[in-house]
Parts: sequence; C-alpha cells; structure tokens
Amino acid sequence: MNVMSFVYGFLVLLGVFVFQTTLTGLNRKVTARLQKRYGARWYQQFLDIFKALRKDSTSHGWVFDFGVIMALGGIMATVIFIPVAGFEAFPGLDNIFVISYLLAVGMLGMAMSAAGSGNPWASIGVARALTNMLAYDVPLMIVIFTLIFAFDSSSLSEIAALQQGMGILGWNAFRMPLGGIVAVIALLGMLGKKPFDSFIAPTEIASGPMVEYGGKHLGFMFILHEFMTFIEVSIILSLFFGGGATIWEYMLKYAVLYTFMNIISGVMPRFKIDQAVKYFYRVPLAMAIVQGLVVIFTGLGVTLWF
Amino acid sequence: MVLDEKDNRNVWEKIGDYFSANSIWMKWYCTGCGAIELPPTMTSRYDMERLGMGPMATPRQADVLLITGYLSTKTLRRVIYSYEQMNSPRFIVAFGSCTINGGIYYDSYATIGRLDKYLPVDLYIAGCMPRPEVVMNGFNELIKMIKKGQAKGWKHYQENYEWYKKNQLDSLGEVIIKDEFHE
Repeated sequence: MNVMSFVYGFLVLLGVFVFQTTLTGLNRKVTARLQKRYGARWYQQFLDIFKALRKDSTSHGWVFDFGVIMALGGIMATVIFIPVAGFEAFPGLDNIFVISYLLAVGMLGMAMSAAGSGNPWASIGVARALTNMLAYDVPLMIVIFTLIFAFDSSSLSEIAALQQGMGILGWNAFRMPLGGIVAVIALLGMLGKKPFDSFIAPTEIASGPMVEYGGKHLGFMFILHEFMTFIEVSIILSLFFGGGATIWEYMLKYAVLYTFMNIISGVMPRFKIDQAVKYFYRVPLAMAIVQGLVVIFTGLGVTLWF
Repeated sequence: MVLDEKDNRNVWEKIGDYFSANSIWMKWYCTGCGAIELPPTMTSRYDMERLGMGPMATPRQADVLLITGYLSTKTLRRVIYSYEQMNSPRFIVAFGSCTINGGIYYDSYATIGRLDKYLPVDLYIAGCMPRPEVVMNGFNELIKMIKKGQAKGWKHYQENYEWYKKNQLDSLGEVIIKDEFHE
C-alpha cells in the first residue's frame, strides 16, 4: 500500500465512470431499438450528468446533503476494492465480505439522504428498496457461501482465477447451473431492473428515493448509480463468469452481461414489492438451497463434472 | 422579454447551456387537454429521446415545465407551486391556444387567459391541438433558444417577481387555506 495504490485507485474511478456511463448510453440505444425507436445519442448519459451538475440545487437540510456525499464516498471506496482482470489497488483486500460491508455504507447513506428529504414517496421508496435488498440477498448469499465452501476462498480475484483456463465450461455459472441462474436473477434485483424495479416506479411513487433530488444532488446520484452498477455487475462477473484474463476480455464480458440484463428488463413488466419478495423466497431460494446441498454432499461442481 | 439582447454569457455559461440544450427533462402538467399528443411524441413514431428529451417524475428533477391546454384558476396555484419547486435554469413551454389567449375559453370565469401574466413562458406551441410534428418542431426551437442563451424566462421571473406575484394574487383572489400546514 503506497502512493501508487492511490494513483491507481483514482485511475480506476475515472476509467469506471467513463466505461460504465458509455455503456449505459449504448444500452439506452439497445432499449430504444427493442421498442422500435431510434434512441438517444450514445453520449447522452454524459450530457445528462453534466447538465444535472450544472443546475442549481435545493437542499432539504444537513442530513439530505450529507447523505449524498456519504453514499458517493462509500460507493467510490468500494469500487477501488473491486479487482478488474487481476489488477487490484490494494492486493489481498478484495474479499467478498469487505466489499458487501462497504457497499452497505453507500446504500444506507442513500437511504439516510432520501429519508432526510422528508417526502413520503422517498420513505416508501427507501422501504421498498431495503425490502428488495433483503429479498435478493438471501438466495444470493446462500449461493456465495456455497462458492466459498467449495473453493475455500472468499477473494473475488482468486475465485475468478480458479475458473480461467478451462474455457466457457469452467465458469461457475456452468459448473453450478442452478447457482448461476440464481445469481443472474439476483443481479436483476440488485440493479433495480424490471421486473424488480418497484422501488423507483416513476408513475406510481414518483421515482421513490429520488423524488426530492434535483440539480447537483441528482447529478451526484447519477454518478453514484453508474459506480453501483459497476460494483454489482463486477461481483457476479468475477464469481460466476470467470472475471477476465485480460482487461479487454473483462470489458467485453461485462458489456455482454450488462446488455443481457437490459434486454431482459426491456421486455418485462413490473412486480409489486410483495410479489418480488414472494418470488425470491420461492424459486431462487429453493434453487440456491438445492445447489448448496448438491455441492456439500456430492462435491459436483467443485471439480468439473462433465 | 427582450430576445435580441447582446450575448453576454461567459464561457462556462455557454458550455452549461450546451448541456442544458441537449438534455431536456420535462415535467408535464396535463390537467387541461392535450396530454394525448405526448405519448406518440415520446414513443416509436416520433421518438423525442433522439433529441435528448424525456419525461421526469417530479418538478425537482425537471428542466422544462410543459403546460398543456387551458389552465383553470384553481390549478394555476399548483402550477406556480410546481414551477417554484424547479431548479434553475428552468423553462416553461406553453402548449395549445388556450395558454396564449384563452382559446375557446376566452370568456370563461374559471380559466385564466394569458399564461404569460402569471409565469414566464419561454416558448408557445400554438394549435388546438398541436400535432406531434408541431410539438417536435417547437422543441427544436427551444433547443436552439437555449443554445443561444435566449431562453431566460427564469431570470426574468427573478427580476420581475413583484409584477408576477401581483398578477398571481389578483387572479387567485384572497385564498383561505385551512389545513394542518397553515393553521
């Protein structure tokens, strides 16, 4: 841990912002094509963010302002710990527990800020977001614990490295197919894509937690959302799809996975929050438990089984 | 509003106006008529996202307040609240003949005549109703105006607040509010 680590961390933040924002813009185009529209320009997301940062902003008190900064800080700190194709700013600290714990700082900062605005829609949105988190976290954590049990490691880069060099069939998503399906469904929930986007439903609860944000606050929230997307997709990519041997491979896989999520989201209607919870506790939870039992009692998946 | 003033923006304001012009988020205030013209403008037939425009959920997030059709004196109060919640730079686009001079409701006791007396309108889209082509054309014009720094109704509102306030109060009359927030 020296000065270079911090320089590298800064470069990671910059690179992730440019990469993910571009990808979001391209995905707006993909969604538009699904709906037979021409769609926004590929750099539209940059214009939106800089436009929002340029505007004036309304404060709703100290908690509201501080929560935004805290959430952005927490999320940016988490991004630095994510290993990208074997590169790490702080080697040896890319533990899944470190990442999920740091991620909570950002998420709770966002909840604190939204609740600080005093708007009832924001409170409803935050309540739904946390309920949604509880719903997808239980099946996902069972699968992740299965992985940790199987490979005796909780380091993202180590688990990613173990899957490489065996072709596509070496990825955990194919070694443990049920777990892979659970992870992809949970990723939809994490990203807030349809059908699990009831907490930001714009026409129902006026975009939920975001209801009172405008101008610079909203710009920060957009940047935060780009970083959060990167963290969530990266975790699933490293754990189940083999990360990437080179940075280009990583970016390509990342783009494919994220676009796939968007295409699913583009053709789905929206679950009510209680339907989402019921769904997660019925189908993915059962699949996760079956996958765990298979790995523990038969060892299938730890070694290649085909 | 004087539109042909000398352009005295500094370079940062010009860059900011470039971003503002290319990313227009709208709050639609559609309690009059005309809301039905907007879904075709937004979806695959005319696709306003090409120009970087899109609907937003709340006035706080929006740049443009789009007021469609006639405004009754009762809803004028809500429009003013919505406009004052928005963050500047903010723009108003008035849509349909009724916002210009009252339209077919010119002698109605329940609707306002000229919207311009109560809020600073940057752009009118005339017609009863304006079709989606006209709406797109109008927004193209708004984009050009913002780029050139000519859409400064929000500054005009700040500078002439007393005049607007007086008109608003005249129209609304004496208002007695009885609810938990105003006791």
